Amino acid sequence: MVTYIVRRLVTAALILLGASFLVYLLTAASGDPLAEFRASSAPNKQQLMDSRSALLDLDTPAPVRYFKWLGGAAQCLVPFTGSCNLGKNIAGQPITDALGHALIQTLTLVTGAAVLAILVGITLGIITALRQYSTLDYGVTFMAFLFFSLPIFWVAVLLKEFGAIGFNNFLRNPEIPLPVSLGVGAVLGAVAVIVAGGDARRKALTGAIVFAAVAAVLIYFSVTQWFKTPGLGPVVIAIAGVGIAFAVTLLTAGLRNRKALQSALIAVGVGLVLYFVVQPLLNQATFLMVVLLAVAAVLIGMVIGYFMGGYDRGQSMRAAAITSFLVGFLIVLDRFMQAWPAYFNNSRVRGRPIATIGAGTPNIEGDFWILGLDSFTHLILPTTALILISLAGYTRFTRASMLEIMNMDYIRTARAKGLTERTVVMRHAFRNALIPVATIVAFDIGGLIGGAVITETVFSVRGMGFLFLDGILHVDPNPVMGVFICVAITAMAFNLIADLAYSALDPRVRVKA
Amino acid sequence: MSQPSQQDEIMAEEAGLRQEAAGIEPVSEARGLSQGQIVRKRFLGHSGAIVGLVVFAVIFVMAFTSVGYAGIPGWWKYTHEAVSPLVNDGAPTASLWPLAWGEHPFGQDRIGRDLFAMTMRGAQQSITIMVVIGLIAGLVGVVVGALSGYFRGWMEAVLMRLTDVIIIVPALLLAAVMAQLAGRRDEGSWFASFASSNGVLALGIFLGLISWVGLARLMRGEFLTLREREFVDAARISGASNARIIFKHILPNAVGVLIVNVTLTMSAAILTETALSYLGVGVKSPDTSLGLLISQNQEAFATRPWLFWFPGLFIVLICLSINFIGDGLRDAFDPRQKKFNAKKAKDADAAIPEKTPVAALDSRADDGRTAGGDRGA
Repeated sequence: MVTYIVRRLVTAALILLGASFLVYLLTAASGDPLAEFRASSAPNKQQLMDSRSALLDLDTPAPVRYFKWLGGAAQCLVPFTGSCNLGKNIAGQPITDALGHALIQTLTLVTGAAVLAILVGITLGIITALRQYSTLDYGVTFMAFLFFSLPIFWVAVLLKEFGAIGFNNFLRNPEIPLPVSLGVGAVLGAVAVIVAGGDARRKALTGAIVFAAVAAVLIYFSVTQWFKTPGLGPVVIAIAGVGIAFAVTLLTAGLRNRKALQSALIAVGVGLVLYFVVQPLLNQATFLMVVLLAVAAVLIGMVIGYFMGGYDRGQSMRAAAITSFLVGFLIVLDRFMQAWPAYFNNSRVRGRPIATIGAGTPNIEGDFWILGLDSFTHLILPTTALILISLAGYTRFTRASMLEIMNMDYIRTARAKGLTERTVVMRHAFRNALIPVATIVAFDIGGLIGGAVITETVFSVRGMGFLFLDGILHVDPNPVMGVFICVAITAMAFNLIADLAYSALDPRVRVKA
Repeated sequence: MSQPSQQDEIMAEEAGLRQEAAGIEPVSEARGLSQGQIVRKRFLGHSGAIVGLVVFAVIFVMAFTSVGYAGIPGWWKYTHEAVSPLVNDGAPTASLWPLAWGEHPFGQDRIGRDLFAMTMRGAQQSITIMVVIGLIAGLVGVVVGALSGYFRGWMEAVLMRLTDVIIIVPALLLAAVMAQLAGRRDEGSWFASFASSNGVLALGIFLGLISWVGLARLMRGEFLTLREREFVDAARISGASNARIIFKHILPNAVGVLIVNVTLTMSAAILTETALSYLGVGVKSPDTSLGLLISQNQEAFATRPWLFWFPGLFIVLICLSINFIGDGLRDAFDPRQKKFNAKKAKDADAAIPEKTPVAALDSRADDGRTAGGDRGA
């Protein structure tokens, strides 16, 4: 095992050296960094050219410059000295600073998108695998191919037009005409008919209920101007919480496990009591406090489950913990909604909350909730675009993996033992289907740092991709190298992690030393 | 006498085949058909793939005949560069009801160029690039994968490390370098003159030269498993040369994986080309491409939305049809394909299949129908 890792690391280092040399030469050969001065008619033209030549060290041939750069970059490998030198960009800013800034921007952009795409993609993949060749399966397959074929810059422009400009116009006077409410209700009802399982009568009933509920809620929103002062309130949280409790119990323990269901319902009750207790606390919230509250919610749930016990204490604890986490999420969501009017009327936002460019409103001031809403409104469009295009891969892959697992002998054995379908799917199939998915996820996380060049360009987020493209367009090797090194190292590290994880998760796979 | 004859064994095997696992339908379409016939039958039974094929053929014919190609004039009256007076302020004249084509079916841009001609020209470029990338990536990928998978040893080590290096060098950078080189017409190197006169072809070749890496890895994997098989040993013992073993014995067995993945590489290549053109390092003006059209016209979305809709629609259509064709090919080539159905598996206790269905059950549409009818429990 150790030999294997060492061998992989040595190979990776050699590949990195070769590739970085290639990248440096290519960037240096990609154009003339002095081009903008050559055409200019400024009186101090020669001086400007000289200063840039000196800054970029253009008198030295590119291969030699690479080794100079490598000498500086090698200092980064020595820990705790702080003498990391990746050179300066064309404006004279050290690359290490620029990289740090860009990395934060990129991570805030891609993390949410990646997590959501993975969760939704895996869920869809599992469901479509279980309902193979149903209308739902065909629909999701078609959507997956469609999203797969969408150019992201096209999606981004559409989102800007309809998601931002259109929605902001709507928010100015949030009234939904009656036909629209009914139409949205009908569409969602039709979706529910497709998604719902069972015979035709049950499907029709589900569709009717969804149609009625959606249409009623939209009419209610329109009448009460909900979008101006959104909020959930304890009643909605209670109803949604009971629903969550049933759903979570169904998935983790099965509704026949009464103790687990009771634990989840008690967790919802405790959450409702705490809703009133934590409101004053949440007014002074910080990021750390919200994280601690989330941890506390999970712990409370586990304690409830522990004392409820039942024939399988673990199941009760799991059900209650997940339920209380989700109820806690609802409470935080409610608090964000309470802050919405203040954000909406902020002098910097001026009633047009959904932003089309940037990663935050410049010079905005406010508490945790206002700032959180600000990044939310800026991130929602690029995140949606990224989710749309990366969803398809996860869905297809999970579906294929799940189908393969469902053909395995041990699944038939599990069925033959008389286990419920829930246990077979959740315990035996789902976990094993996730093994190949886990490696894909590791690959993708490795690639995330590179940022999404096109998404960042369209939405003017100054992240890693932007830095990279900017470096290329200005024939400036140092930022290009900085981004490349970060991306390549993370990608290789995660490749290694993916391989190791595969052999750890699947005992049939062994790494060769 | 008590030894079971071969005949008995075969019969036992067939009996075993008949009692397939719960929910898994037996694939018994193979009787008396060659590999090619089976694949063709499966592919033609895949409705998504057939629709994709038809859509792609229509786009292909339309793109290459309408505005002409390589100096041959087409049937459409405008070219992508010709400027004509604005009709109806440039709005599209095509309408579905009454069905009419009009003077400028997709509308015109601000200075009066015909969008239909420009879109068709862009579709030509995209398809050209796609085919070039598919050919080059397929060729290089097969050679590299075959050599490293078949010969192993130092050849594998060198080629695979080369693959690793190329995988991590970003395509965007290479495209930028390439665009820069193509821009230097005045320097007069053979490459620059070639690239400036055949911009799209050069871009395609260049992208092809970097997108073979995934294919090479896949082909290596195929060769690694296939070279250990008995038929390869048999060929070697009967004195076949390495080249003959690679091309006549192993490659035909790996061709399914190859074709499917070349198709998928091609669909990804279209998006890469449009993205590069969008970022300004792909196809350059005055020539046009679908990505470039979107990039030029995205600011005009509020005033002239059709300039944005039609090129995007064609990107999606081409890419979607290629993806469906690839999906159909994958289903057609996968020999281990089995149909699993969770619902049927649950009901299988009640209804064990009594006879092996003779007809091909492989097309998806067919299967959906027979699943309910044949053995609904």
